[in-house]
Amino acid sequence: MATNPDPLRTSADPMQPRPMVVRQLLKETADTFTLILDPGPEGFPFAPGQFNMLYAFGVGEVPISISGDPGRPEVLVHTIRAVGAVTQALRKLKPGGVLGVRGPYGSAWPVDQALGHDVVVMTGGIGLAPLRPALYHLLSHRGQYGKLVLLYGARTPHDLLYPKQLREWRGRFDMEVEVTVDRATTEWQGAVGVVTKLVDRVGFDPTSAMAFICGPEVMMRFAVMSLQKRGIDDDSLFVSMERNMKCGVGFCGHCQCGPFFVCKEGPVFPYGKLIPFFGMREV
Amino acid sequence: MAIETFERLLGEHPFFKDLEASHLATIVGCASNVKFEAGEFIFRERQPAERFYVIRHGQVAVETFLPGRGAITIETMRDGEVLGWSWLFAPFKWHFDARAVTLVRALALDGTCLRGKCEKDAAFGYEIMKRFAEVAIRRMEATQLQLLDLYGNQP
Repeated sequence: MATNPDPLRTSADPMQPRPMVVRQLLKETADTFTLILDPGPEGFPFAPGQFNMLYAFGVGEVPISISGDPGRPEVLVHTIRAVGAVTQALRKLKPGGVLGVRGPYGSAWPVDQALGHDVVVMTGGIGLAPLRPALYHLLSHRGQYGKLVLLYGARTPHDLLYPKQLREWRGRFDMEVEVTVDRATTEWQGAVGVVTKLVDRVGFDPTSAMAFICGPEVMMRFAVMSLQKRGIDDDSLFVSMERNMKCGVGFCGHCQCGPFFVCKEGPVFPYGKLIPFFGMREV
Repeated sequence: MAIETFERLLGEHPFFKDLEASHLATIVGCASNVKFEAGEFIFRERQPAERFYVIRHGQVAVETFLPGRGAITIETMRDGEVLGWSWLFAPFKWHFDARAVTLVRALALDGTCLRGKCEKDAAFGYEIMKRFAEVAIRRMEATQLQLLDLYGNQP
């Protein structure tokens, strides 16, 4: 199988969608599903954290992070929450159905920069999907990193993404996994509370740890504060920004955040670069 | 349990981290060792709040009961955390239920005893108040985040 030597480089005509066949559609939660696509014999190399523009023919296009294993470019995996017309149309696809794909676009989680460091992956809600490729990478190169910690928060136990995989990861001896939900009945035996509370419950070296954070922007603001309080410096924090991306390649400016085009210079940013704009309502 | 052991256990707990030795010695006189089996209530809503708990081991659920919906867990707490601040403020009644989810081992601190010592020694009282204020602020921030329903269905 041919592989793209530089998955961060986009194709020659970035506005041209590539038709792809749906192999499988998996229901994850009441409103979230996973599409497993067949990219054909050339495969679909990408870097963890990158996204694609998915085109539901005749309805429109949406930016969706890639949530599969970067070590398996023979399938393309996207986990999607059905919240608008395009995502609802994507949910109606059946195996054998076709959609358009442009990408991969954007920056990646700094998995190379994190070599030799402890890594804290902190996420909430559907934010686990864009971080799953990074987790796959970290786990497949486990010996090259220090401690690996996953902190994950969801609304309720029914909203937890990839529960089977969470159990598998939790069962590993080389990874610490803490899961919490915002609300639960007493049948839930796990933790209840906000994801930021988990930071104090896990062991890592804040002087050398790097943190990858993805979730709703408000959650990320509080996540950053909790990790800073624990001692991680701003240059070791990375966040994945979500903005109204349209073209995906920095032409249209819809996704502008201060001086940055999130689609092109993001979605993964070093937090230090975003400090003046993070949480500012004017941008 | 020996006084020395209480002093060591309290001193090792994150809530009392860096507390002056004299203040720690003051607290020890109000401490006792407690254990709760999984499922056992530690305290019940509207009952007198006479103690707070320094959790050493296990998980506690803070719950409230909603008629027609059953018990709802508001927050869980684990070793390294303190449970309860209603002992510090009038009317000294628990606002929620607390139930042991697993076997829980804790140190119980007598609220009346501690309030008396806080009144007598302003520096000690200020130190205790600062630590509980931080717990209360963290809880308030967490509540604000929970109210935002961050992971809701809004696009």
